[in-house]
Amino acid sequence: MSDLRQRQRRLARLAEPAVLLTPGLLFTAIFVGAPVLLVLAYMFAERGRFGGVEWTFTLENFRRANDALYLDVLWSSIGIAGTATAIALVIGYPTAYAITRLPRRWRTVALVLVVVPFWTNFLIRMYAWIVLLNSQGVVNDTLVGSGVTDERRSFLYTDGAVVAGLVYVYLPLMILPLYAAIERVEGELMEASSDLGASKVRTFWSVLLPLTLPGAITGSILVFVPSLGNFVVPELLGGGKTVMVGNLIRDQFLKVQDWPFGSVLAFVVVVALFVMFLLQAVVTRRIEGGGRHA
Amino acid sequence: MPDTGVRRRGLSWQWLPLVVCGAFLYIPIAVLVAMSFNDGGSAYSWDGFSFRWYGELAADDRIISALGSSLAIAAGATAIATVLGTLLAVGLARHTRSKLLEASAMAPAILPDLLLAIGLLSFYYVAEIPKSATTVLLGHAAFGTAFVVAVVRARLTGMDSSAEEASRDLGANALTTFVRITIPSIAPAIVAGALLVFTLSLDEFVIAFFTAGPTTQTLPIAVYSMVRAGVTPEINALATVLVVVSVAVVVLAAKTVRRSEDA
Repeated sequence: MSDLRQRQRRLARLAEPAVLLTPGLLFTAIFVGAPVLLVLAYMFAERGRFGGVEWTFTLENFRRANDALYLDVLWSSIGIAGTATAIALVIGYPTAYAITRLPRRWRTVALVLVVVPFWTNFLIRMYAWIVLLNSQGVVNDTLVGSGVTDERRSFLYTDGAVVAGLVYVYLPLMILPLYAAIERVEGELMEASSDLGASKVRTFWSVLLPLTLPGAITGSILVFVPSLGNFVVPELLGGGKTVMVGNLIRDQFLKVQDWPFGSVLAFVVVVALFVMFLLQAVVTRRIEGGGRHA
Repeated sequence: MPDTGVRRRGLSWQWLPLVVCGAFLYIPIAVLVAMSFNDGGSAYSWDGFSFRWYGELAADDRIISALGSSLAIAAGATAIATVLGTLLAVGLARHTRSKLLEASAMAPAILPDLLLAIGLLSFYYVAEIPKSATTVLLGHAAFGTAFVVAVVRARLTGMDSSAEEASRDLGANALTTFVRITIPSIAPAIVAGALLVFTLSLDEFVIAFFTAGPTTQTLPIAVYSMVRAGVTPEINALATVLVVVSVAVVVLAAKTVRRSEDA
């Protein structure tokens, strides 16, 4: 009797990992793994006559993507996403630092306030910027009302508007990892530095900044990567004048119906992402390794 | 830690970034909320206070039905993602040390949404599955599962397994142990994960845009076409409702997480 029970138990222990792991992994494999592999395979296929693909092996899609026209779009996308990331870092770092200096209970409140806009519908947030930047909008009201200028002009449909939109959308993703990184650097370490006679600027440059660099890089990746592939912000705030890689990819899939070429463009974005993560791993290891030796 | 002079002196000028950042984050939203009570037909000039646009919003069949689809899709995706994600997180914690397996379970949360969107579009095309609300739901469930895994996995890390062992030693089978011991002890993380998936799904645009059928309209898709078609004050009212709902959800989630940390 007890032997049977023990055997049942052993069987259950063997079955358990399968029951727990299989459904989730299978689902992810079907609805994430297979789709991503399909996009990879499309890169080497030919465009179908009526959309879709024809499975003829070719490298033509890569050659086309190497065209100056597409490379220009890629570089300007990197420029716009990079500018947005830099601005987010400049706003985000002092903000994250200021939050860590708040009394503990106010820190939670501040973090929730940072996150709330992030949980507000993405398109609504873009629409808010249309309202602000329009020639009849609040920014113009303020400028004309305060006498800075007496001519109304639309700030919409410029690269600047696209950058503003991207910073606005992804700023919380910069602040949160920075906050975590700055908070981890103990107050004692900063005090030790100033007690040993370092100025505030010196403490910042040689203690706080190096130790929080991994957080800054994480934040930068979290802002840069989604900015690079975004097609909604350039469309709504750039008014079609600003074309980013995301717009190209969208058009290849939904308008031009050249899926293989669209896949190659998407692949470029993914490679950019991998390079960023690799860079992050290298820098983080160097800094944390160095910190331990010091 | 004792309050030091350094800290006290610093606080005054350190308010500056908070004020600047707060203004940057909240002025656009405040303008929308204020304009939603504007009586006039213009989205820009103020013509007096009114609830008029909320009335128009409530009577807008397209928005109401889009909201219905979004809620149904979010509920379905949340149900699938919560069950699969919880099982997967527990399985990963107990039965494997494979970093690769763990990474691939969480990868969909990091993948660019555009890549997942074109992938799913291609997949549905090849598998000859017609695009519909269900195809959107499955896509949302796919990345949602990864988020549930991440949240539940974090809770399981370093959790004491002695209660589970005791339960087994006393003769309870695996299922009983799972339902009566494991689930209750990670319940806050499961709830937080579910809330996360629900809100993400409600807000998700790119995957829905690529995989929705011609007659399927989720709320973000409807908002997208409204914004593209031109500015109407009705969007202000819709925006305000959505802001209020997201504040409520964020506060609820923050409280759940804090309770789970206290426990």
